Amino acid sequence: MKEVDARGLSCPEPLMMTAEALKNATGPVKVLVSEAHQKTNVEKYAKDHGKKAVTTEKGSEFEIVIE
Amino acid sequence: MNLSDSKKKLALAGVLCGIVAALLAYFGNPSNMAICIACFIRDTAGALGMHQADTVQYARPEIIGMVLGAFVIAVATKEYRSTAGSSPMIRFVLGMIIMIGSLVFLGCPLRMVIRMSAGDLNAWVALIGFILGVATGAFALKKGFSLGRSHETNKGSGVVLPALMAGILLLAVFTTLLKSSESGPGSLHAPILLALIGGLVFGALAQKSRMCFAGSIRDVILMRNFDLLTVILGLFVVMLVFNVATGRFTLGFDTPGVIAHSEHLWNILGMYAVGFAAVLAGGCPLRQLILAGQGSSDSAVTVLGLFFGAALCHNLGLASSGTALNAETGEVVAGAVTTNGKVAVIICIIVCFVIGFTCKREKAK
Repeated sequence: MKEVDARGLSCPEPLMMTAEALKNATGPVKVLVSEAHQKTNVEKYAKDHGKKAVTTEKGSEFEIVIE
Repeated sequence: MNLSDSKKKLALAGVLCGIVAALLAYFGNPSNMAICIACFIRDTAGALGMHQADTVQYARPEIIGMVLGAFVIAVATKEYRSTAGSSPMIRFVLGMIIMIGSLVFLGCPLRMVIRMSAGDLNAWVALIGFILGVATGAFALKKGFSLGRSHETNKGSGVVLPALMAGILLLAVFTTLLKSSESGPGSLHAPILLALIGGLVFGALAQKSRMCFAGSIRDVILMRNFDLLTVILGLFVVMLVFNVATGRFTLGFDTPGVIAHSEHLWNILGMYAVGFAAVLAGGCPLRQLILAGQGSSDSAVTVLGLFFGAALCHNLGLASSGTALNAETGEVVAGAVTTNGKVAVIICIIVCFVIGFTCKREKAK
């Protein structure tokens, strides 16, 4: 599974990296982010592009799988 | 409570923030500053004696309230994270640049929108510069710009700025240590308690809605995403209605009393620097206060840069003057940008280009 590690990066870098990964990906994409607002942004981006996002909390960070 | 997952909620957050700004203007704040972040940080820097411009010294409870409001809501909703380490000194410089550009234009992006809603055409001219600045920052981001990762750090680090703000509030309320203007914009203010509550509410709403003036235009340019712009539009509409309803709306350039000037090129270049630097820093001055409140020491350092920049602006004569009425002759004296201010803005723009096109993401190198 393609992985995007956007932990600790400022906005809008996590979203830009997610968009880039989704553009080139054939299968699911796993995105790692640190902040809650970035998690919401990534989930919303996935939804707006007709994809499903499943989020799990990993300690104080988030893992979002988009497919 | 999530205010950022639908456009309706985002617009509502903008409307509520607009109501807070309008109330504060109604109850005594300079009307088209209302809740300007740059002006109020500048006033607070003056209260602390960091500069000696005696008309703009007052510990603004709004600034303190915004940081504390964001802090409290972030802790309450488990979004508080103490982080640091994403190029803090570059962020400090970006904070300085944002303040210098703001005080040459005479307002942060929030005040630009408030001035636009009051019919000040200078602010509409400055918007051109702000959009171009944000677009240049967005271009740098596309070319791989990054200030690197922040990491979780000692829990106490993120509490320092909120604690310092609370300290300023205590000094303002219980001592006579801080300076307070007797005339000029610094002497105009809403009652302390109202200003503090306004700041707390504004801060909490801004934290939940991710309100950001630079981000709103950046997201439209980069992702055709209008979410954050919806918040700003909500605030603009409320302020427009308030200004028209209370006779504060005056369409024109060179309006005395607005604290603005009509040097178009410098309004554009000042806000160009602000837009560019704010995108590089990951958010406008308001957003920096909010991120600092939710635990980011990197944003706290940006806020310190704002304070430092404000002190420089008044100590070195970089801040512009606003168009005013001469009380004795009754003549309108046009506001002006200083030579020092012009040189400073050019230096700021050059520094933005250097930062924007040399700091790269690991993979983009």
